[in-house]
Amino acid sequence: MNHFKMPAFLQQYSVSSALGAMLFVALSTAAHAELNINLSGGNFQPMPIAITDCVNEGQATPVASVITNNLSRSGLFQPLPKEQFPERISNFDVPPQFDAWKARGAQALVTCRVSNDGGRLKAEFRLFDVFANQQLVGQQYSTDPASWRRVAHLISDAVYSRITGEKGFFDSRVVFIDESGPAKHRRKRLAIMDQDGANFKALSGSDMLVVTPRFSPNSQEITYMGFPLSGGDPKVYLLDVSRGSREVVGNFPNMSFSPRFSPDGRRIIMSLEQNGNANLYAMDLQSRSMTRLTTTAAIDTSPSYSPDGSQIVFESDRGGTQQLYLMPAGGGSAQRISFGEGRYSTPVWSPKGDYIAFTRQKGGSFGIGIMKPDGSGERILTEGFHNEGPTWAPNGRYLMFFRDPGGQGGPKLFMVDITGRVQVQVPTPNYASDPAWGPLLSETR
Amino acid sequence: MMPTVLSPRVGKLALAAFLALSVGACASKNGADDGSLAGGAGSASTPGSVQDFVVNVGDRVFFETDQTGLTAQGQATLDKQAQWLNRYPRYSFVIEGNADERGTREYNFALGARRAETVRNYLAARGVAGNRMRTISYGKERPVAVCNDISCWSQNRRAVTNIGGTPGS
Repeated sequence: MNHFKMPAFLQQYSVSSALGAMLFVALSTAAHAELNINLSGGNFQPMPIAITDCVNEGQATPVASVITNNLSRSGLFQPLPKEQFPERISNFDVPPQFDAWKARGAQALVTCRVSNDGGRLKAEFRLFDVFANQQLVGQQYSTDPASWRRVAHLISDAVYSRITGEKGFFDSRVVFIDESGPAKHRRKRLAIMDQDGANFKALSGSDMLVVTPRFSPNSQEITYMGFPLSGGDPKVYLLDVSRGSREVVGNFPNMSFSPRFSPDGRRIIMSLEQNGNANLYAMDLQSRSMTRLTTTAAIDTSPSYSPDGSQIVFESDRGGTQQLYLMPAGGGSAQRISFGEGRYSTPVWSPKGDYIAFTRQKGGSFGIGIMKPDGSGERILTEGFHNEGPTWAPNGRYLMFFRDPGGQGGPKLFMVDITGRVQVQVPTPNYASDPAWGPLLSETR
Repeated sequence: MMPTVLSPRVGKLALAAFLALSVGACASKNGADDGSLAGGAGSASTPGSVQDFVVNVGDRVFFETDQTGLTAQGQATLDKQAQWLNRYPRYSFVIEGNADERGTREYNFALGARRAETVRNYLAARGVAGNRMRTISYGKERPVAVCNDISCWSQNRRAVTNIGGTPGS
């Protein structure tokens, strides 16, 4: 074994339960090593990594398997199968046998330990550069035992972030529509889950058909369009997630739909239908005053704010077919940005601001793609029947969308990275559609 | 939502017809469903009944892909609807616009609304009072036919003049 001294300990974090506050400071890491993934590189190979079971890990808290699943699904890492592990880590404070891990091809190694700290769950981990015999990150978390999955996601984010140099996305949730029953009598209700499909929870009952939910910036509220099953007009609703209280925010004579929050959470922008046309309006949530943003004899819908709140991208058929347009957030003249073949819809601005994701219909095919905000650099990431409705991961590197094969089947959720290289299904208990990815929980509030 | 159909003078026969329809209406008469078209065969022969409207007049018009304009056949159906509705002014009703599944969800809500609006304007131009009509769009959420080809899609691109009060037929 090489001479290696375990670094004097780890940074400490306190994690509170599901939605609660969390202290998080920038990671300070050991001296910069060579170990990293170049995300813009040409012939990309996922990094071989070994994630060992946490010392003291019980069946009730399989932290390492959640980390393994996260890193594997990202497509950037190739976790070493357990059968190939050269040693079992039984003492967290003893250096690993770097040469043995190196011989098995692992470039990075994650070790961890969980323990009961006066009724709280204490979790620690270390990330090693196997070839440099060096610890890159070491951290320690304390949480209530029920939040063990959040700790696993935070560790995943720390590893992802240290190796890629970008923000992670694992400590986040998705709101979506849980679908069940036959296609003609489909039941659609609001549901929420972790980004990896765990902790599924239905948020609405069966009194309404619910579609197109979106999180508020702090993910405490959700806006969506709902049809009361008793009849009556579809409206835009606002749900307070923790209180469970629901109110109408678009109580207008005709249909209101396609709601989205502004980045500061103060407004909801939506489409209002009138005489067969749909125009965009912004509602100030405090004063409840409405500002009209577009005035066309056309269908203007699916708006999305730029992350700085200064612009809105939306779709309109004012030119004959659905295309993407940009306008100032206060309304005003709109500029078309989509000029490829086919019809463009459901634009969503990346949280990083660098891309706009969309659905493109061409012939009978539905593609999910991205373009720069000026319309250049268009790239279709996946295509087929029937992909729709992309939503961005909080780090702007991945998109989630739904794919509905049609017929008697139903939609499922998928995740694709912005190179189109990585594509995985997102597990849901039933059919699922209209995903909306929330922010990193550690960055909310 | 209950229809304003059952004024006292309509009587028991119309009530029976309405109940029969509320079972049968969702099972479309286009043979697209599982063939569970409910009974009530006699009720279509009752002039002025809901079933009379559905069976003898035709409660729906169909649209070309991504279009909101009426076909010649659609206009003919709406001419008959207007005539019938003018003869039986006791009905107020909902025009339900729908789209097929080959479109994005939010656009299809707006497309369905446009189709419903087209029907409303056509009926209004033929003398049907505006205050009897309400429109709603179900977008692509309420297919009557489910398969992956044109035989289904063409039935789903529709506007239904629903005088029977069961939403989403």
